[in-house]
Amino acid sequence: MADPLAVANTIKEKFPEAVVEIIEFRGEVTVVVAPEVLLDIARFCKETEGLEFNHMADLSAVDYWPDKPRFAVNYVLRSMIYGHMIRLKVYLPEAQPVIDSLTSIWAGANWPEREAWDMFGIKFEGHPNPRRILMPFDWTGHPQRKDYPLGYEEVQFSFNYDRVQAKKPHPED
Amino acid sequence: MTLSNYQLTHATEIETDNGTVEIALEQLRGIVSDDAFTGDTMLLNMGPQHPSTHGVLRLMLELDGEEIIRCLPDIGFLHTGIEKNMEAKTYEKALVMTDRLDYLNNLGNNLTYCMAIEKIAELDVPLRAQYVRVLLTELQRISSHLIWLGTHILDLGATSLFLYTFREREYILDIFEACSGQRMMTNYFRPGGLWRDLPDNFEQMVHDFLDYMPGKIDDYERILTKNPIFIERTKNIGLIPVEKAINWNLTGPSLRGSGVNFDIRKAYPYSSYDHFNFDIPLGSNGDVYDRYLIRMEEMRQSLRIVKQALDNLPDGPFRSDDRKYVPPPRSELGTSMEAVIHHFKLWTEGFKLPKGEVYVSTESPKGELGVYLVSDGGTKPWRVHWRTPSFVNLQSIGWVSEGYMVSDLVGIIGSIDIVLGDCDR
Repeated sequence: MADPLAVANTIKEKFPEAVVEIIEFRGEVTVVVAPEVLLDIARFCKETEGLEFNHMADLSAVDYWPDKPRFAVNYVLRSMIYGHMIRLKVYLPEAQPVIDSLTSIWAGANWPEREAWDMFGIKFEGHPNPRRILMPFDWTGHPQRKDYPLGYEEVQFSFNYDRVQAKKPHPED
Repeated sequence: MTLSNYQLTHATEIETDNGTVEIALEQLRGIVSDDAFTGDTMLLNMGPQHPSTHGVLRLMLELDGEEIIRCLPDIGFLHTGIEKNMEAKTYEKALVMTDRLDYLNNLGNNLTYCMAIEKIAELDVPLRAQYVRVLLTELQRISSHLIWLGTHILDLGATSLFLYTFREREYILDIFEACSGQRMMTNYFRPGGLWRDLPDNFEQMVHDFLDYMPGKIDDYERILTKNPIFIERTKNIGLIPVEKAINWNLTGPSLRGSGVNFDIRKAYPYSSYDHFNFDIPLGSNGDVYDRYLIRMEEMRQSLRIVKQALDNLPDGPFRSDDRKYVPPPRSELGTSMEAVIHHFKLWTEGFKLPKGEVYVSTESPKGELGVYLVSDGGTKPWRVHWRTPSFVNLQSIGWVSEGYMVSDLVGIIGSIDIVLGDCDR
């Protein structure tokens, strides 16, 4: 099992400009990369001898609102041959959350990418079937964004009494 | 007029918030083959109320006679927003939601989430708690496989086995009830250990089960393994080649059925799994029958682990004594002011985790169950992402079922072993 930090340095040697940062936290190594070269780095990770990340364990999106850049996509990669794991991370701006689809490299990225589009509105370019997956096809908005309300009933206090009262189905009661 | 022509000419319109949406076969262009538009192939809707889709899975099938040309899964009918809901709760309260993900692997979900918290908090779990966690999640694996076996065989036409497996499962649920007070929504593992110590009759119950169960697994195998009808329905059906299995990120028995030796319990031992001796059964052919054999063997291996865990169950505390994360015992509350403060803080504000992101995975009965936890330093998780095995494994059903008959499809769905609560979250 290769040391994940060594793997991260291999990636950094190959793509010195593209690797923004290498973070180590609780033994897990995250390589923050520039979104433009993600596809190349992913292909490098999969095809280079000694790395051979043949399994994408997980794909998840995170919304850091109101921080900037707002979105991040994490790819947890694993080599079933050597057992090492690494995480690629790309930050995406709020205005244009677009990233290359990795379905051409790991076919199993298909549904996780659709889920990230559905829940966060991150576009995956080159995805073979870029439709919503969990929400209905005519849904408006992306529910897991931080500025999307959870849908609680607002609690009525003295300071917002009138505003909440006006929204009730029978305000005069 | 064929069915597809009828649909082409009779588009239905529905009113939504975004205006009128027209639903016609035209939307399926590019998703189904062009033959569907001329009427050479038939589009058939299977589910979401179909009994053999194990919940609310909808499959749109494009058929040439009875042969499946394309199978398009449609999920989301059981989407409950668990990930979003967890963000609005404190870490400890969000634990309740985890039971509702894969409702056949409640303790495994509890374990994965607790492990993620413990990893960020660098919280040590006492050995006794680790052994109990292993013991109970292995029992959970048997109970999940029992449900899988019962429903899978029911789909293939054997009704009586369904009743037998549910009878055996009751013994396991009784053990869970004795431990946690709940049969299914256990919520028994907590960050730092367990909710409470094991009940007095626990060892006896597990011993009884260990004596009872192996004979029953033999009984199932006697009914099925050499049954010509069962073999006819499962051999060389739903073949998954090795390269495709890895490339499509399959995990669990669906991957091991193709002969890939990958199990999180062995590859990245967690919760002291490295203390136990057990084997990982592997298939060779990658068909429905191999996946059946693997799960039967996994039940036996789980019994082995349970036996070892029970024999070597260490004494000692059942949860960590780090009071920043774990509530003090009830007995201290009457005498210690500090304990009262900790108790009050934990149950009102909750605990704060250091800022950071971790990915933790365990081997659930269905495959790799992962949680990606993002902490912003506050008392609520900033983001909880569940990498659920049902979701990732189910996306392969399209290419796995291509070329088989509709009657084979029910066997394939069963062999991938999905729980829609796990899939839709």
